[in-house]
Amino acid sequence: MSAEISKLTVGRVRAGLAAREFSAAELAAEALRFAEAENPKTNAYLLFASERALAGARRVDEKIARGEDPGPLAGVPVAVKDVISTAGVRTTCGSRLLANYIPPYDATAVARIEAAGGVIVGKTNCDEFAMGSSNENSAFGPVRNPLAPDRVPGGSSGGSAAATAQGTAVVALGSDTGGSIRQPASFCGVVGVTPTYGRVSRYGLVAFASSLDHIGPFARNVHDAALLLRVIAGRDAADATSAFAPVPEYPALLDGNVRGIRVGLPKEYLEGLESETGDLIRRGVKTLEKLGCKVREISLPHTEYAIGAYYIIATAEASSNLARYDGVRYTCRSPHSETLGDMYRNTRGEAFGAECKRRIMLGTYVLSAGYYDAYYLKAQRVRHLIARDFANAFEEVDAVVTPVSPFPAFKLGEKVDDPLAMYLSDIYTITGSLAGIPCMSVPCGRTRAGLPVGMQILTGHFNEAGMFRLAAAFEQAGGPEA
Amino acid sequence: MKLTEDEVRYVADLANLKLTGAELARMRDDLGEILTHMDKLNELDTTGVEPMAQVLYDAPETATLRDDVERPGLGSETATANAPLRGAGFFKVPKVIER
Repeated sequence: MSAEISKLTVGRVRAGLAAREFSAAELAAEALRFAEAENPKTNAYLLFASERALAGARRVDEKIARGEDPGPLAGVPVAVKDVISTAGVRTTCGSRLLANYIPPYDATAVARIEAAGGVIVGKTNCDEFAMGSSNENSAFGPVRNPLAPDRVPGGSSGGSAAATAQGTAVVALGSDTGGSIRQPASFCGVVGVTPTYGRVSRYGLVAFASSLDHIGPFARNVHDAALLLRVIAGRDAADATSAFAPVPEYPALLDGNVRGIRVGLPKEYLEGLESETGDLIRRGVKTLEKLGCKVREISLPHTEYAIGAYYIIATAEASSNLARYDGVRYTCRSPHSETLGDMYRNTRGEAFGAECKRRIMLGTYVLSAGYYDAYYLKAQRVRHLIARDFANAFEEVDAVVTPVSPFPAFKLGEKVDDPLAMYLSDIYTITGSLAGIPCMSVPCGRTRAGLPVGMQILTGHFNEAGMFRLAAAFEQAGGPEA
Repeated sequence: MKLTEDEVRYVADLANLKLTGAELARMRDDLGEILTHMDKLNELDTTGVEPMAQVLYDAPETATLRDDVERPGLGSETATANAPLRGAGFFKVPKVIER
């Protein structure tokens, strides 16, 4: 079965198990073999959870043998970003500080995947504490894009995107604060979903910016992403910000009918985007028109202020969240310190990477006495205006369509010395994050050089179903018009 | 917004972050450039706009409170298992007070 393992879908796994073509344990062993053999090409995985995967797969086989329902993800190999806690399985967050950290509990999303029969094969590489847009900020080496090994896979969930594209997992979990699922999904040519803020419990997700952090799925098709979200979504008492809203059966709602759906194109996003990316998105919009969508231009007037607002709020929250890495409770500790204060400063100074330090410093600065109102409160007011832009837009349209990134995957090292340029490249994904609305990247063709481009679809709060329906129809239509 | 190295040193101290001389200089330039971009927000008049601290949904005031049911904690052995230095169920740290 190794010939097809890289192209497995959830439906194919289900059919194979039902027909006794393979057992869950056989599939898990084969998936692990394949993933370990492929990993040197990309460095997508930091750890393979072989024992846990095989034990989980055996439980699925036992359920099947007893005639019980093994769950909607039965036997499906799943990769999990290494900022998401797995009990007894090392979780590094891509940081030297947590190089040996073994969480005592599972993230709710992880527990729900396993309860649904999913088999967690390994933990994926990422930018340190999910801070980055290229996966070059991992303490354990960058991830390479499986479609172009001299290029980045995007970030910060670069390992999960690369694993999904490479076929070493059928689906994967990532986390998204300002685009960390959608941008790598677009760079690697897979589906990546950032659900409504609060849709998926953050319990066990190592915090970066708590008012912006999301867990969400990667998959090679819209159906599988929708199914994974169905499994992990829903209220969790362990996360007070998780939403009570009922979770629809997303996969059942992908009927391909999008006739009459009103789609808005924000002029601020596409104006001046004279590039292959812009052309592909415009051709993608033509496909939506052919499918019967009513496309019109809209305005999101505060877009140009989003980067400033985001990098103030996100770094402020990060500087607070990352204060816990103090060399006392779960991190490494600098050996050369006489006093407690020195120990804090040396541990953090020696072990945090450059990008984390930059963001801690920015966040501390904008929260410090005399600057709090001018930066932090101001940014929160601007965030309100950006959220209101979307609320106004969704009075007139059902969905908003934009590019995910201004350009496709760039070369390793190309932007690493220019932090502001790296931040500015997040422009299209950050607005939806600030508003807390569902957004996703769906593959939208490739450039002449063969690099994938992603189309972003955004809908109103808790309308993931509408977003998935549009994405599935677009996918079934074959992507952008010729 | 230009920063001085002294300001960078002050912020690093607030953040409990030891920076090398080269890092201080680089940080001064990077922060200056990024803060200059952020100053763009001042173009906007936000008078009367409420700060948005969180994405909030309509839910009854106490809905987010779970039932007050007793449940076991981690226990000190598990809770301290990842510590770089521990003993007798406690975290150990260098001395706090100079003598």
